Amino acid sequence: MGTEIAHAIADGILGGGVYALMAAGLTLVFGVLDIINVAQGILVVLGAYLSYVLSVHLHIDLLVGLLITVPAMFVIGVGIYWLFIRTLRGAERTSMTLLACFAVALIIEGVLYREFGSNYVSLNAWYVNQSVHIFGFYLADIYLIGFGLAVAAVVVLYLILYRTTFGRAVRATMQNQTAARLIGIDVNRVAALTFGIGVAVTAIGGMVYGSITSFTPNSGYDLISRLLAIVILAGMGSIGGALAAAVFMTTIEALVDIWQPDWSIVVFYLAMVIVLTFRPQGLFGRHAVRAQ
Amino acid sequence: MTKQTVAQGSGLLLLLAVAAVFPLVFTNPTATNFAVVTLVFVAVASAWNIFSGFSGYLSLGHAVFYGTGAYFLTVAANDWKLSAGAIFWLVPLAGLAAAVIAVPLGLVALRVRRHTFVVITIAFFFIAQLSASNLSVTGGSSGMLVPQPNWAGATFNNPFYYVALVIAVATIVLAWLVRRSRFGLQLRAIRDDEDRAAGLGVRAMPVKLAALVLSAFITGMAGAVWVYFTGEAVPQFVFDPLFDLAIVLMAFFGGLGTVAGPVLGALVLQPAQLWLNLEETNSYSSEILFGALFLVVILFLPRGVLPTGAEYLSKAQAWIRRRRAAPGETAREPAAGADDAITPTSAPGGAA
Repeated sequence: MGTEIAHAIADGILGGGVYALMAAGLTLVFGVLDIINVAQGILVVLGAYLSYVLSVHLHIDLLVGLLITVPAMFVIGVGIYWLFIRTLRGAERTSMTLLACFAVALIIEGVLYREFGSNYVSLNAWYVNQSVHIFGFYLADIYLIGFGLAVAAVVVLYLILYRTTFGRAVRATMQNQTAARLIGIDVNRVAALTFGIGVAVTAIGGMVYGSITSFTPNSGYDLISRLLAIVILAGMGSIGGALAAAVFMTTIEALVDIWQPDWSIVVFYLAMVIVLTFRPQGLFGRHAVRAQ
Repeated sequence: MTKQTVAQGSGLLLLLAVAAVFPLVFTNPTATNFAVVTLVFVAVASAWNIFSGFSGYLSLGHAVFYGTGAYFLTVAANDWKLSAGAIFWLVPLAGLAAAVIAVPLGLVALRVRRHTFVVITIAFFFIAQLSASNLSVTGGSSGMLVPQPNWAGATFNNPFYYVALVIAVATIVLAWLVRRSRFGLQLRAIRDDEDRAAGLGVRAMPVKLAALVLSAFITGMAGAVWVYFTGEAVPQFVFDPLFDLAIVLMAFFGGLGTVAGPVLGALVLQPAQLWLNLEETNSYSSEILFGALFLVVILFLPRGVLPTGAEYLSKAQAWIRRRRAAPGETAREPAAGADDAITPTSAPGGAA
């Protein structure tokens, strides 16, 4: 039992890294733009299918393929923002953009069904089915690679946000949009690029997710419900919180999975409901501020 | 009573009469089948609007209530071995079951900010769907059958039609009453500015919760009728994410927060979707079309067909009035021209 628990914790932490990356993109977009991108789940699946097409039809290695899929998802993200979200204004903007993202998700899901059908597929490379022997237990290589990629991407995200002029503009926009505009920041450009970055991480998330589990166009619902639970638990807009909450949630899920595989995902949501009952703003969230 | 209310009242009575004789005129089972499902969605879209449209808290989790009602009827009908007609008496009970579920959900979800609320309702939806496919009482992922009445095929749909019609009409009347009442005013005050409403003495939490419970009650009843009509309760159809989106689209399409809007939305969109499902066997075409229509409505008709249409109508009326008035008012035109003439001279002064 002791080894099982240790193994579950290791799996939870490593698997949590990938969710942390996807959730970081989601919460970054929310923090800067006040947009809840419910299409994030299906975008991860789209990223996975892009990797699938590259590896099966063009025989490009999954990791090398990221050089193509990450910019591609970035462009898709900027496109979605520019076409469907930029023009939405007014008091109900957050709700309206959420619905717009949901509509975009439906269209993407429909297109994926059309192109790939409803059969499960999974990603393959030489390192996907190997594992290494560390500290007495076997860890799948792909978990380690995924965790490494997630950490690298989060570090890059951090460097962009805290070490570049663009990052300073993003953080200024996060704090106060009107003031950011007054000091000469092109808020629309910052918003589009941020949305693009938030979507670009789904290329990495999709590649790792597709290697760990098999997926269909329907997998987007499962992903987005987990991601939403993570960012709500963390407090929407808190990137550091999202990282912690992702690892926490996947670890709990992996632990419950030992005894009750059918119910492990419910525990995931229950944790969210319990936290919200006592802290409506989430664990690391800011207090509700009255809209002016 | 003004001329307008008389015209509106008689128009509504005419509509009601048409609805009452519909299954007697159109006896084709496909037509009545469409009509039953459409009426169920008229009720659900109006019920959703009573909560979300009036209060501004968008719920994407009404399938929880719909599914609760549906499973309540299915399980109770099987356990109590009721006769075909008696099963209809379970419908209000199913509504109550959904209303009871709504209380704890509302107490948790209504504490948070509006957009977080949307996300939490989505999470509740997934909890409900997972529970339905894992619990033994609901028959797990393979679902359960509802005992079907052995009525004659030609008129089989009619009892369902009239039950659905009663629920739909009652919901519309209720929505109208709520909108006119003090309760409705409180809800709309919350929608416009919750903090200010609270400052003016609106007890926001009980008001929001009451609206949610009322909405859940109707949605549960509609779900019960629907499941009895279709004959089986399967988790992925009873708890369908597209269901939530469909009712939101109906309300937005017709006009969020109006009484007639969601009704119009359901009457237009639900038959269209049923017809599309009949024509296209693959589900993805309707999914893509649905998403595209949703985007068009949000981007170009965010306030709905009815309010936007009314805006254009009043603009057109004003234009016609001006055109009609124009010949008689030629004498005043020089004056208007003089007004224009003043503007350039005054403009430099303003600039300086």
